[in-house]
Amino acid sequence: MSAPRTMFEKIWDRHVIVMRGENEALLHVDRNFVHEGSFHAFGALAAAGRKVRKPRQTFATADHYVPTRNREQGIDAVTDPEMRNMLELFAQNTRANGIANYYGLDHPQQGIVHVVGPELGITQPGLVITCGDSHTSTHGAFGALAVGIGASQLKQILATQCIWQKQPKTMRITVAGAIPSGVTAKDIVLAIIAKIGTAGATGHAIEYAGPAIRALSMEGRLTVCNMSIEAGARAGMVAPDEKTYAWLEGREFSPTGTHWEKALAFWHSLPTDDDARFDREVALEAATLAPMVTWGTSPEEAASITTAVPDPASAGDADKRAHMEQALRYMELKPGTPLEGIKIQRAFIGTCTNGRIEDLRAAAAVLKGRKIVVPAWVSPGSSTIKRQAEAEGLDRIFREAGFDWRASGCSGCAAMNGDTVPAGERCASTSNRNFEGRQGKGARTHLMSPAMVAAAAVTGRLTDVRKLLQGA
Amino acid sequence: MQPFIEITAVAAPLDMANIDTDKIIPARFLRRLRGPDYGKLAFHDIRYDANGNDRPDFVLNQAPYRNARILVAGANFGCGSSREAAVYVLYDYGIRVVIAPSFGDIHYGNELQNGMLPVTLADEICQKLRRQLHEQPGAQIAVDLESQTVSGPDGAAYRFDIDPNHQERLLKGLDDIDLVMQNIKEIEAFEQRHHKELPWLA
Repeated sequence: MSAPRTMFEKIWDRHVIVMRGENEALLHVDRNFVHEGSFHAFGALAAAGRKVRKPRQTFATADHYVPTRNREQGIDAVTDPEMRNMLELFAQNTRANGIANYYGLDHPQQGIVHVVGPELGITQPGLVITCGDSHTSTHGAFGALAVGIGASQLKQILATQCIWQKQPKTMRITVAGAIPSGVTAKDIVLAIIAKIGTAGATGHAIEYAGPAIRALSMEGRLTVCNMSIEAGARAGMVAPDEKTYAWLEGREFSPTGTHWEKALAFWHSLPTDDDARFDREVALEAATLAPMVTWGTSPEEAASITTAVPDPASAGDADKRAHMEQALRYMELKPGTPLEGIKIQRAFIGTCTNGRIEDLRAAAAVLKGRKIVVPAWVSPGSSTIKRQAEAEGLDRIFREAGFDWRASGCSGCAAMNGDTVPAGERCASTSNRNFEGRQGKGARTHLMSPAMVAAAAVTGRLTDVRKLLQGA
Repeated sequence: MQPFIEITAVAAPLDMANIDTDKIIPARFLRRLRGPDYGKLAFHDIRYDANGNDRPDFVLNQAPYRNARILVAGANFGCGSSREAAVYVLYDYGIRVVIAPSFGDIHYGNELQNGMLPVTLADEICQKLRRQLHEQPGAQIAVDLESQTVSGPDGAAYRFDIDPNHQERLLKGLDDIDLVMQNIKEIEAFEQRHHKELPWLA
């Protein structure tokens, strides 16, 4: 009998073409995603006189630079010439390389790359998936090995459909127990990052396991895997199960007929064997979790809404203390200030972290029959989700509460399309990074779940959403 | 790719953990094509004030460190976004080596792909080097990739680890696509087998 293996090892082993030395493997890439930001890679590819080797396994979606307003005007909605160039260059590059799976600005299935992949069934268990974007870890929610890469490696994948990779170590994060009411996947992953730190999983592929992870919907698992990179991980993954298969059945790129049966057999073989060993194990108890918010400028600077801004003097080492001190200066916060009650000036719901239908439903459940007191906007994770939300009447709830209901894109997460938060303003955001200037120069970001953003928008302050849900 | 073999140059201390790639190049500059002034964007928002003037508190704005080609930073340097532009701005500024206790994985790989050397040394050593660089502004550090050694301003030598493949690629300036395509027979055989087993992926 062969030695017990983790899911990561099973997927890794299956994709190794050759080894170079002891540590480095040439891996086959099943699916490679590109977006407008991939222009450096396409440029270098053309400069090397090469073309995309496997256009059928390449999937292109416009997300980082798409406008979220006036979308009916198409490209004319983009007034900034550099942004417009990004979108036009992207269209040209996909055309020149014969990439037929192109979800451009005007495509009805356009959306954020990490939302579109799962939505169309492109993302499947057991695959190696790459994209020139750090949040590629999202796709691991289906039991895939999904890694974010830079422009040079993307160029190599476009040219060869292979990637050189040093084998990462393995880490299992087990979340035990039942998830308390008012606590979401976002709170779980923020709690994990706060516990292990933004470099806590550097060099590792994480497998999330345990009853609390099993209890999450596919949307919730996508949220958790999405922020694996914020813990420094090379990848994050969840073993496939009935929820995974139910999600995939009937999607555009999912296998059908005898292929479906074959796929199911393959997917069933993937979960980690009982006696397999991980290089590191981390354990969390779901029952102890509360809604989380970030107070600083690194995702690890997060805490339960029921606590206060910590004192940098409590930091273990000088460099972390320096980061905390700078973070509090930037965020204009004082140690000891209760997190609940901090005033906000803006709110944003969307992104590859929290722009899926369930996220919009959770926020709408808080907003129903209420009015918000700060400017706020929603950008659904994909155009498909936008239509679905409209069919469910969620857009009406958002609009009546005072939210601006926009089109789909990365929007205020990376703020590359001009959807910025003004300098000095504090934004309650469902995005994934609270770095200095991430949402615009001088903007202050507090990360939290969609329901928590909705609650903050209603009160104008960071708020424990559980209080608004009582009696609902 | 330009090979990297060794360098002896002025080094600058960056006393902070978790320097993310948004700090190295803010998102609003990513749509700019890489031109002759690209290095001016490095660390933009912590390097310049609101009027575009140099902030005197930023280390690379201080005369002795202006020509630094080596950075010594805190843990988790280059975490966050995968943007390779973070490497382009450092490279175009003139930086060839970053020494830190740890790196964001993607950024580490991006440096290697562009002829830059990320050096991982223990936290105590990085702190000591930074202290020395503060005490002797403009002091030089020597980095030799072949012998895997960093020599501090006081001449003390520290050995660093690097994957032998990464080392070879940098020393020879090898192109990854060529390295892949040397295996084209194996690649094609793999793809045939893989897609026979999982035909819906072909």
